[in-house]
Amino acid sequence: MTAKIKEFPGVGLRESDFTERKVLFTEWKPNAQYAWDAGIAIGRYLAELKEGRIIGVHCHRCRRTVVPPRIFCEWCFRPMDEWVYLEDHGVVNTFSICHVRWDMERLEEPLIPAVIEIAGASKGMGILHLLGEVDPKQVKIGMKVKAVWKPAAERIGAITDILYFKPVE
Amino acid sequence: MPREVAIIGVGYSGFRALTPEVSYKELMYEAAVKAYEDAGVDPRRDIESFVTVAEDFTEGTSIFDEYVPDQLGAVLKPVHTISGEGLHGFIAAYLQILTGAMDIVAVEAHSKASNILTPDEIMAFAMDPVYNRPLQVNPHFIAGLEMNRYLCETGTTREQCALVVAKNKHNALYNPLAAYGANIAIEDVLQSEIVSYPLSRLDMSPRADGAIVMVLAARERAEELSDIPIWIRGVGWCNDSFSLENRDWMNAIYAAKAGETAYRMAGIRTPWQELDFAEIDDTFSYKELQHMEALRLCRPGEAGMLTEDGATEIGGDFPVNPSGGSLGMGHLLDASGLARLLEVVLQLRGEAGQHQLPDVEAGLAFAWRGLPTTSGAAVILCN
Amino acid sequence: MGLRKVAVVGAGMTKFVRRAQETGRELAYEAAKMALDSCELTLDDVDAVALGTAPDAFDAVHMKGEYLSDGAGAWRKPFMRSYVGGGTGVFAPIQGWYHVASGLFDVCLVVCEEKMSSCQPHPQGAFLTIFDHTTERPLGPNLLWIFALEMNRYMQTYGLQKKDIALVSVKNKRNAADHPCALLGDPNITVEDVLNSEVLAWPVQRLDVSPVTDGAVAVVLAAENVAKRITDKPVWIKGVGWSLDTAYWTNRDLYYPKYVEYAARMAYEMAGIREPRKEIHVVEPYDPFDYKELHHLEGLLLADKGEAPRLTAEGVTARTGNMPVCPSGGLLGVGNPIAAAGLMKVAEIFWQLRGEAGKRQVPGKPITGLAQAWGDLMQVGTVIILGIGG
Repeated sequence: MTAKIKEFPGVGLRESDFTERKVLFTEWKPNAQYAWDAGIAIGRYLAELKEGRIIGVHCHRCRRTVVPPRIFCEWCFRPMDEWVYLEDHGVVNTFSICHVRWDMERLEEPLIPAVIEIAGASKGMGILHLLGEVDPKQVKIGMKVKAVWKPAAERIGAITDILYFKPVE
Repeated sequence: MPREVAIIGVGYSGFRALTPEVSYKELMYEAAVKAYEDAGVDPRRDIESFVTVAEDFTEGTSIFDEYVPDQLGAVLKPVHTISGEGLHGFIAAYLQILTGAMDIVAVEAHSKASNILTPDEIMAFAMDPVYNRPLQVNPHFIAGLEMNRYLCETGTTREQCALVVAKNKHNALYNPLAAYGANIAIEDVLQSEIVSYPLSRLDMSPRADGAIVMVLAARERAEELSDIPIWIRGVGWCNDSFSLENRDWMNAIYAAKAGETAYRMAGIRTPWQELDFAEIDDTFSYKELQHMEALRLCRPGEAGMLTEDGATEIGGDFPVNPSGGSLGMGHLLDASGLARLLEVVLQLRGEAGQHQLPDVEAGLAFAWRGLPTTSGAAVILCN
Repeated sequence: MGLRKVAVVGAGMTKFVRRAQETGRELAYEAAKMALDSCELTLDDVDAVALGTAPDAFDAVHMKGEYLSDGAGAWRKPFMRSYVGGGTGVFAPIQGWYHVASGLFDVCLVVCEEKMSSCQPHPQGAFLTIFDHTTERPLGPNLLWIFALEMNRYMQTYGLQKKDIALVSVKNKRNAADHPCALLGDPNITVEDVLNSEVLAWPVQRLDVSPVTDGAVAVVLAAENVAKRITDKPVWIKGVGWSLDTAYWTNRDLYYPKYVEYAARMAYEMAGIREPRKEIHVVEPYDPFDYKELHHLEGLLLADKGEAPRLTAEGVTARTGNMPVCPSGGLLGVGNPIAAAGLMKVAEIFWQLRGEAGKRQVPGKPITGLAQAWGDLMQVGTVIILGIGG
């Protein structure tokens, strides 16, 4: 069918059509605000971050210790059995060197997001965070990194209580 | 003949104005655990597919189904979202079983309405961006327009609408799940502040948090797993025009057409005789009356009078919203339809406790998606 | 199987453009009308409508399924919107399939629409909120992160170079030069162009990525007895599959898309396919990023783990190769209006199997093809297998 059709519908516009107001359009800035209940598992996770600790949970059946914590084991579909304090260091599972903001504006200094496998949790159990105090060219998968915490007085019970992870000497 | 399918398990949590002690995941987990226990199934082993019901802007999360598999026991299983009413999601699960490719499917819907700080602005974000939003009017005006037209055309009074509120909030006093049970008088409703004339504050159902999970199974598995399967006899869903400019302001066409489809499937000709009770959308007081008429549970224009006569009370000829409806239980956003259906299941099982209706065999659940939509779904169940 | 047979009998699509003059409703209408016209049906013949569209934030309308409903032909009809993020475009026809296979409907119109340009200043804004609101969003992530993290993990696991992966982008953008609706077809693009393009989030560069796009696609599904009356060339839905992995994506090894494998196995089983590499003749895997095509070919069991780059380098996946992959030009070339792009792949398989793909036609009269999409937090796979005859 496409072989026979000469003209497909759909009219593309150029950026200048908008900036020069050649086409009419309306604008709307949605005001969508939320206050999410952290709940039992993430509530405790945040409370421990405020104390400068990372906590995970352990399932006796599949014997996994996972982080971030949850009240249920998603594999066994049963309640988690115990809280487990984890180390505040780990290994880089994967990373990126990001030069743009979400709106594609260039960043002056790149950000280095990484999945960090947290020591004390089962193999492969990581969290998303940023790397700092490191030359982007030196970052490697498998690299050991350690949390750099905000001063205790400034911690509020948020993932940002950890400023970033830096390489272990 | 389509395959016969039954509800074999129901689970629920919340149904309160606030649920600050649990996250949405934990709220859903509790409902899921209860539903699977009720059905006697292990989700990891037995359930073949899952449907979740969500809209991004009511969650504050883009592509919300990302966050559902874990607490439903659905990891690495077929899961998808229906961005619709809970009853749409329920019907999607039902259709999957009808194909013959699945025997056991679960559906989930929930509300964390208390976490939304700007609900009316989000509702406004659902209106047409070009034609309607620039007017900058709170979207409840749409209910005001419709209510006014409905009252004018049918001769129904604001007092009769207020009576729906009083009835449903009273019913809710006997329903331990309900968050907003109260003894209020018609005057209380009439004297509450006007939101968009003729709609007053108490004509509107207050929001609540909650989660509901249901497990559906094809006949063979249903009979094997459950002593009290509740059978699905008919389903129907339909929408009218989205545009405010072109919709029918008097008749709830979406309800009429959804109802007709479900009745035809169930072989029902005279619904008020063949059904024993109904749980129907009462997001706003007048909606219960308008929907009763559209669903042919009474003649056009008579729902208000029937309410006055007490026919729709728990002890009446045709009880409507014995659970307390959304006015009494709280509006659960897109989970509201599953809350209506939950009550039908509990009634047909004889598990409704203090508000149990005697000798009920067939019930209807009907849901509307709320402002600014004209989207509805109906499900008929029998025991 | 005893399942009711369902066929694709018509398809239509709009041009994929960066910013469309049409509203979302108008785009949906154009595609739906074209799909119905293509099989000489009218809206009166349609019993139900299945809509697919990705985040509401793109079109900037809450409950956008409702907003799009009349454009999609759903006025006063049974209408539902399904949604699995990027996987939606291939899920919507699965939703249509279960509508018809249930026995309740004979003809179902499936419409996918996306108008990403409504989201300003950049559609990526719609993705800011896909991350967990408490444990991730405070870190200020953007969508590119997860792809970059996944791509890096994939490259590291198999020791791949960027040039191995850039070949996919080159192949697809060249293929797209033959697609009349394509946004980014380029017959002359080279691997160097990709490798020299701006680094966004290493290892992701500008030309590794499909562009934001507006567009809509529609297909018409019909039950067996009806399909045979509508057309003498029905294309049957042989198998469908979908699977969703855990939301705890930082607990998964991103090198391999297990959820795609699960979805594929489900679809192969339904289709009675035992040896997919022999039995699937043309493939449209999801390619919003070049490495994703490779990742998905492996997940679909059409390439051994880590071997998809070699197949690409050897030309096996070229349009004239043994296993043509993304002959349409894919998302990298035709464009990526999320849900519409997925359904475009289904439409492409439909046209390929009917021998109607024009300049894009793969040789050898294929009889079975597969389309796949992927989405959410890198966690959902959706697969549909189409075939002629039998």
